[in-house]
Amino acid sequence: MIHDTQYIIEVENLVKKFGSFVANDNLTFSVKKGEIFGFLGANGAGKTTAMKILCGLSHPTSGKVKVAGYDIYTQKEKIKQSIGYMSQKFSLYEELTVYENFRFYGGIYGMTRLDIQEQTTQLLSRLGLSQYRNRIINTLPLGWKQKLAFSVAVIHRPAIVFLDEPTGGVDPITRRQFWDLIYDNASRGLTVFVTTHYMDEAEYCNRLSIMVDGKIKALDTPQGMKSGMGCATMQDVFVALARN
Amino acid sequence: MKAFIKKEVYHIFRDYRSMLILFGMPVVQVLIFGFAITNEIKDARLAVLDHSHDEMSQRLISKIASSGYFLIDRRLESANQIEQVFREGKVKQVLVIPSSFGHDFTSQHQTSVQIIGDASDPNTANLLKNYTAAILQSFQMEELGKLAFPIEVKVEPLMFYNPELSSVYLFVPGTIAVILMLVSAMMTSISIAREKEMGTMEVLLVSPLKPFQIIVGKVVPYVVLSFVNALMILALGAWVFEVPILGNLAFLLAEVLLFIIMSLSLGIFISTVSPTQQVAMLLSMFVLMLPTILLSGFVFPIENMPVVLQWFSHLMPSKWFIIIVRDVMLRGSGIAYLWKETLIIVCMTVFFVFLSIRNFNIRLA
Repeated sequence: MIHDTQYIIEVENLVKKFGSFVANDNLTFSVKKGEIFGFLGANGAGKTTAMKILCGLSHPTSGKVKVAGYDIYTQKEKIKQSIGYMSQKFSLYEELTVYENFRFYGGIYGMTRLDIQEQTTQLLSRLGLSQYRNRIINTLPLGWKQKLAFSVAVIHRPAIVFLDEPTGGVDPITRRQFWDLIYDNASRGLTVFVTTHYMDEAEYCNRLSIMVDGKIKALDTPQGMKSGMGCATMQDVFVALARN
Repeated sequence: MKAFIKKEVYHIFRDYRSMLILFGMPVVQVLIFGFAITNEIKDARLAVLDHSHDEMSQRLISKIASSGYFLIDRRLESANQIEQVFREGKVKQVLVIPSSFGHDFTSQHQTSVQIIGDASDPNTANLLKNYTAAILQSFQMEELGKLAFPIEVKVEPLMFYNPELSSVYLFVPGTIAVILMLVSAMMTSISIAREKEMGTMEVLLVSPLKPFQIIVGKVVPYVVLSFVNALMILALGAWVFEVPILGNLAFLLAEVLLFIIMSLSLGIFISTVSPTQQVAMLLSMFVLMLPTILLSGFVFPIENMPVVLQWFSHLMPSKWFIIIVRDVMLRGSGIAYLWKETLIIVCMTVFFVFLSIRNFNIRLA
């Protein structure tokens, strides 16, 4: 199963230790192409550590990891070209304009000027923010910044985008709109790997994993998880898993 | 990489306040230090210890008194009083006339007086010494005319407290050191810490850019800015205050560039240990700015410091840089004399680069 090409992320027996502390204890999971994969867990459960390893920000202690078909130990540079990353802080340059941010991030991925312009025009029109192209970021509302941060993360047409708690600090309506944006992109073939601790968001994912104390305790569709554990909501599933 | 540098330049130029600081401060600092230090002194209090009490010494004293630079504050009776009048603080200089002054002047054509300066304020002391020497010279010319044979009054200045008089003109090297520290180290450390704080650093690290490229992209604009600043200060020093540049200008600029790189590596190191802009700013202030100003010999001569602080001053990169710039500018020294100081700065650079890389790798692991 692990070498099936329909999987874009393949993780087998991933272990990450910090000294004697085991942050990731033998993780095994895979993510399908075009899937929205939720990565859940309480704070300190090890989900950020695992995500950092997948993004190449951290080295695994042991285990097999393949991202976009490339090996994490030997083909890190190729992985980096194939992924996008959005941090929970939105990571836009506040003093620069919308277009300057796009141009900068496009530039560091080695895109041509023309390509950047085309992508920017397309992404902004999809967001309905075309007329704000030359506005300075810090004059824009938080919800827009969030969407722009997402668009910036996919400007170089990555196969996978990693979203690290992308909806922190925004209101439910804006969160809803953000998920519309995620769906829209997933329907175009983008694989979305998202960490969150909002349980309503967990429901939006195609499949999810729940981590407790460095281990994956459950991995299924939201529906399958609820029926399998006899819970009415994801909230209950989460609490039940955390208690065991 | 090009995109990176461009972005950084936009960043710097869009923030008008930091622009003002970056380009206004060097000018203001040079002008303040320059004018404060090179101001002319009038009516400085002078004490005279006249062992000779003859006509010639009387004429010398009245000539000094009429020069406009000095007020004869009092006459001393013995050498023991010199220390005491300096301690009182009003008297800036003591003129000691030997007992054989008049006799030697007329018969041996050669005599000497002693000038004792209060070099706890070295700049004033040096200025007064020069005034006195000039007065003595003209006195000698006048008397020479009357007597019609060559006479020489030898001036033997003796500086109390700071025999080297090492901070004259030091304001130019000192200001360069402070400004470069500020622009290179403080601005880079803050701007890298800002990337961390805003979360953009993570995104950059996920991107195909190598950490090395990220750092170079970040620091190149600051290298250019710092260099422009250094040129501005040198130009102001040369044209407004006529501070000489005796040494090789290319060598001086190369040393400036070396110091910029040292400061940048220090700034990068600071940014690796500070999680936020505030921490970076505070660290820069206390680790860089204050010691640079206080311990590098810029404001307070190192010779006057307690021994422990003197040891500390050896750790200040700016101390060595100030020595280099001073020697190149005022003594015309080259690498043959300054290789030791240069080597120290090179070692410091390597040390900070090494520390930064180590810290960076720990964070990645």
